[in-house]
Amino acid sequence: MADARIARVTMPKWGLSMTSGKITEWLVEEGDEVQEGAELAEIDTDKIVGTLEAAAAGVVRRIIAGTDSSAPVGATIAVLAPAEVPDADVDQVVAEAEEQLASGEVEEPAGPVVATVEVEGRAIAYATMGEGDEVVVLVHGYGGDKNSWLFVQEPLSRTRTVHAIDLPGHGASGKDVGDGSLDTLAATVLGFMDAVGVGRAHLVGHSLGGAAVTAVAAAAPDRVSALTLVSPAGFGQVDASYLRGFAEAGSRRELRPHLGKLFADEGQVNRQLVDDLLRYKRLDGVDTALQTLLGTLLDGDEQAIDAAALLATVEVPVVVVWGRADQVLAPADASDLGRAELRLVDDAGHMAHMEQPHAVVDAVEATGRKEDG
Amino acid sequence: MARTITYREAINEALAQEMARDPSVVVMGEDNAGGAGSPGEEDAWGGVLGVTKGLYHQFPGRVLDTPISESAFIGAAVGAATSGLRPVAELMFIDFMGVCFDQIFNQAAKFRYMFGGKAVTPVVVRTMYGAGLRAAAQHSQALYPIFTHIPGLKVVVPSSPYEAKGLLIQSIRDDDPVIFCEHKAMYDTTGEVPEESYTIPFGEANLAREGGDVTIVAIGRMVSVAMEAAGELASSGVEAEVIDPRTTSPLDTDTILESVEGTGRLVVVDEATPRCNLATDVSATVAQEAFGSLLAPIQMVTAPHTPVPFSDALEDAYIPDAQKVVNAAKAVTEWER
Repeated sequence: MADARIARVTMPKWGLSMTSGKITEWLVEEGDEVQEGAELAEIDTDKIVGTLEAAAAGVVRRIIAGTDSSAPVGATIAVLAPAEVPDADVDQVVAEAEEQLASGEVEEPAGPVVATVEVEGRAIAYATMGEGDEVVVLVHGYGGDKNSWLFVQEPLSRTRTVHAIDLPGHGASGKDVGDGSLDTLAATVLGFMDAVGVGRAHLVGHSLGGAAVTAVAAAAPDRVSALTLVSPAGFGQVDASYLRGFAEAGSRRELRPHLGKLFADEGQVNRQLVDDLLRYKRLDGVDTALQTLLGTLLDGDEQAIDAAALLATVEVPVVVVWGRADQVLAPADASDLGRAELRLVDDAGHMAHMEQPHAVVDAVEATGRKEDG
Repeated sequence: MARTITYREAINEALAQEMARDPSVVVMGEDNAGGAGSPGEEDAWGGVLGVTKGLYHQFPGRVLDTPISESAFIGAAVGAATSGLRPVAELMFIDFMGVCFDQIFNQAAKFRYMFGGKAVTPVVVRTMYGAGLRAAAQHSQALYPIFTHIPGLKVVVPSSPYEAKGLLIQSIRDDDPVIFCEHKAMYDTTGEVPEESYTIPFGEANLAREGGDVTIVAIGRMVSVAMEAAGELASSGVEAEVIDPRTTSPLDTDTILESVEGTGRLVVVDEATPRCNLATDVSATVAQEAFGSLLAPIQMVTAPHTPVPFSDALEDAYIPDAQKVVNAAKAVTEWER
């Protein structure tokens, strides 16, 4: 048996379709001492480059998969252990890991469990990770889907049950959005909780999903234990041209420039992201869904949703996370957020949960602690 | 939700979903029901390679078996299209198209133009092309360039299950005659395909792989050959950009030109014989429009100018393969004046 103090750093599974990842850069060297949550490496998943964080503290004893190498999900790519663990023990774990990498026979960790429930006549798809009494529900934004939480869902699921849902008109859910109103979206979130037997949950929403979960908390305060909002819609200024451009773009050439506005670093938009979104946009019914929801989001060039008014009625702990470089929804003034705590995130645009996932994970945990206190 | 299905299943699903959505869609062709040596409708074959299997019973009266007379049933499909139906006719092998050229070239392709736009001809002719199944000279040709030559026809050559489903749905919804060319050696290839209906617009190339050193344009089955070559090239430090035009008519020249402006080098891979094919068409366009960007002469990887051989060894040599593409890419990347 290997020493229990030896921690394997494995290639994470960020999203359902990820089967392998490429290490584009190691942010630590062998011999470095790291704390839990320390940034270890940049990993390219084809969708986006993400940062792998340490799940445990220790000394980086060995880096097994070097920069620019690829490894299957679940493969051991480095080994952490306290300094006092003998080299021979570490070597044994490294040898096993190298053998696994060479043979390709790596046991893939269980990814999210994907299922569909019927909510008010619509098929709602969701992905669940983790087990725990504390339940978190992640709700994506306009044009997004449950996979947009790929970097956030896994770390949160270590001690919680985390559901990520596809709103109507999105992902693998039914494409009929009805009137597409905020009430309809909020009813979907509540209906989902009913369908999977969740009485009360910490709701996390991004953009349109942020407004939707705020509406849930306003309408059904007993069902919501806390709110974490990531660049929520319904506060302040919106770039209406982005929303319309996204809704109308029919080709890679048209879509790509709009997607650049989502990120602080435009280089985050790669071919896979554009292709995946185009594939989504070309499904029957999506065009109607996006156009209908556009009416929920926009009144002329202004936001049609007044989330500040909804938030004012919410009494549970609320943390709002906003990328400083958000070009789609400019960060709200703290005065519009009432008692909610505003956390501005450096090097993030509209997609803080993809660009700086640890900031969003931290915020969710902080909101949860307020609830306990 | 996407799942993995075959090219054959993707085509079948596109037909089934469009037939369910639109009652004017009908399927017609040889051996859709019955077929030589079978007792009849009860074991409906679904065409010679089983692509339409299951539709006969699912859509009673809308899957029509036709006599072995291409001129008659393609003519009937074209006529039905002008009078309100959306027929999808299966013309078993593209090699047999010769017996119904008039119906396709001179009738279907011309109506919109000759009748001042008042007539539309929303007919799809599904047909098998390509070598590799030991079917010899009369059942193995890649004749899509012939149709590409005719204004008024749209010509689709899908390279994967995803492409096949989305492009076939687009073909059925399109108001112009479409020649939909399925590679007979690809029916069992698999790929991720959404369960829902979706369309892929015509005249939009797919950027199958990004790379900065050489542009490889390939279509149909040659896309997988080009991708295999690109993988080999990458291991020797050459990053190829692979472009799949998906339709030869209309042709997305913008994407090809933009890519060549970036890489300066072009290889075109085409399973068709080398005269007046996609390779010459793309090469001529690039030479005319992007000459200033070219750093090396264009290379064309095609079949030789011969009928498809009967001999297994010669047929294998006839079809462009990854090694030939690698050699061509190296020739352009290593070229010196």
